[in-house]
Amino acid sequence: MRTIRERKSEGARPSGGKGAANAPLPADPDAGFDAPPSSSSADKPDTLVIACGALAKELLAAIRLNRWSHLSVTCLPAILHNRPERITEAVRGKIRANRTRYRRILCLYGDCGTGGRLDEMLVQEGVERIEGAHCYAFYAGLDAFDQMMEEEIGTFFLTDYLVRFFDRLVMEGLGLDRHPELLADYFGNYAKVVWLAQAPDADLERRAEAAASLLGLPLEKRVTGLRGLEGFLARQTLAPLASTAPQHPSR
Amino acid sequence: MAGDDLDLNSLNDADLVAQMHDDLYDGLKAEIEEAVRILLKRNWAPYKVLTESLVEGMRIVGEDFRDGILFVPEVLMSANAMKGGMAILRPLLAETGAPKIGKMVIGTVKGDIHDIGKNLVCMMMEGAGFEVVDLGINNGVEKYLAAIEEHSPDILGMSALLTTTMPYMKVVIDTLKEKGIRNDYVVLVGGAPLNESFANAIGADAYCRDAAVTVETAKALLARRQGSAQAQAQAAQ
Repeated sequence: MRTIRERKSEGARPSGGKGAANAPLPADPDAGFDAPPSSSSADKPDTLVIACGALAKELLAAIRLNRWSHLSVTCLPAILHNRPERITEAVRGKIRANRTRYRRILCLYGDCGTGGRLDEMLVQEGVERIEGAHCYAFYAGLDAFDQMMEEEIGTFFLTDYLVRFFDRLVMEGLGLDRHPELLADYFGNYAKVVWLAQAPDADLERRAEAAASLLGLPLEKRVTGLRGLEGFLARQTLAPLASTAPQHPSR
Repeated sequence: MAGDDLDLNSLNDADLVAQMHDDLYDGLKAEIEEAVRILLKRNWAPYKVLTESLVEGMRIVGEDFRDGILFVPEVLMSANAMKGGMAILRPLLAETGAPKIGKMVIGTVKGDIHDIGKNLVCMMMEGAGFEVVDLGINNGVEKYLAAIEEHSPDILGMSALLTTTMPYMKVVIDTLKEKGIRNDYVVLVGGAPLNESFANAIGADAYCRDAAVTVETAKALLARRQGSAQAQAQAAQ
């Protein structure tokens, strides 16, 4: 029988596995990501978008579709959402590391559980953030999201990204793969799953249905497309550059 | 039975309690229930079983959670094991007149259905000797007020997981102020996106970052209130 002290000396217990052993994808939850420069344009990008890795695929799609060759992308690992208290400083680090290389920096994060600390930091650094508390809100549109929450407060939201990485982020991340009996602790108050679909296809449909089924909840699909992301990036591109100067450059 | 071949009955009291701490750590509900029954059969007072085995075991779990050694799934498993033990002890504690050190009304605020942290707080507060009235999730100010009136607690606890719902705590506190009853209660707030400066800004007495801190804070603030009440009474004499 091992004592608690013996177990402690063996080191920390992992909170979840690393997922598939394949090479990291642009949107791997555990990995950051820097988009390679666009080969179709000779122009050097003058604007950096610092984004959550959970938005990488959709962000790159929006950039490609709109031919925004002035945008460069760097993503932080999406797994940071499991430790939201670390998001603010991670974003600040990206801002400061890139301040001199770009004329403008944009932030593609929600508040993401930082309790307003991300916004306080962004004001200090003079960086604009997409509006909304989380990606569900800016994908769905703020009013539409509020309405959905009013209709059913017990709504668990999925995006394409969460559908794709459901096993890694939800089942493994919450320990449900190891302790399925915890399902009621986590999801007992939820009444349905709403999949906010950016680019649905047959594979994602199947995965979303499987995810909802694992949670024992009915699935509803709402196609949002990419207009939330595109709208923000298009507006910021037109905004005057003066708004991005840091308020406290010495901090 | 804990492990493959361990008979809990064969352990002396000290080893059994140490084994319970291990089993709580591992979230082994059936083993905890069995061990609680064994200690009761050995004529341990229910309050002694609670404090020395369950509460102490969860203290270790809480410490390792704070240190990043354990994570939420493991803590939930431990909590569920403790719940199993508490279910056996609760009626016995009531019968044997175990000490109660205060009463808390607690609930997740309006617009928020997250209750994992709040449930852990309820369990740890109950284990520490508080009477806990759990209002559940999605509580508007009127529910808090009704519960306060009905139960006359010492402490009001509010929980929120979302940045969008945590401002509602201020609505509740402001309503207490408007009614002139704010200072009748210790108000504790908690939840992942909160911090101490938020608690101060909304007029709470304290921010509690986890269940163990909530217990410590509740005890300290109640002791301070009782101390100042005694001092006032003495000054009036």
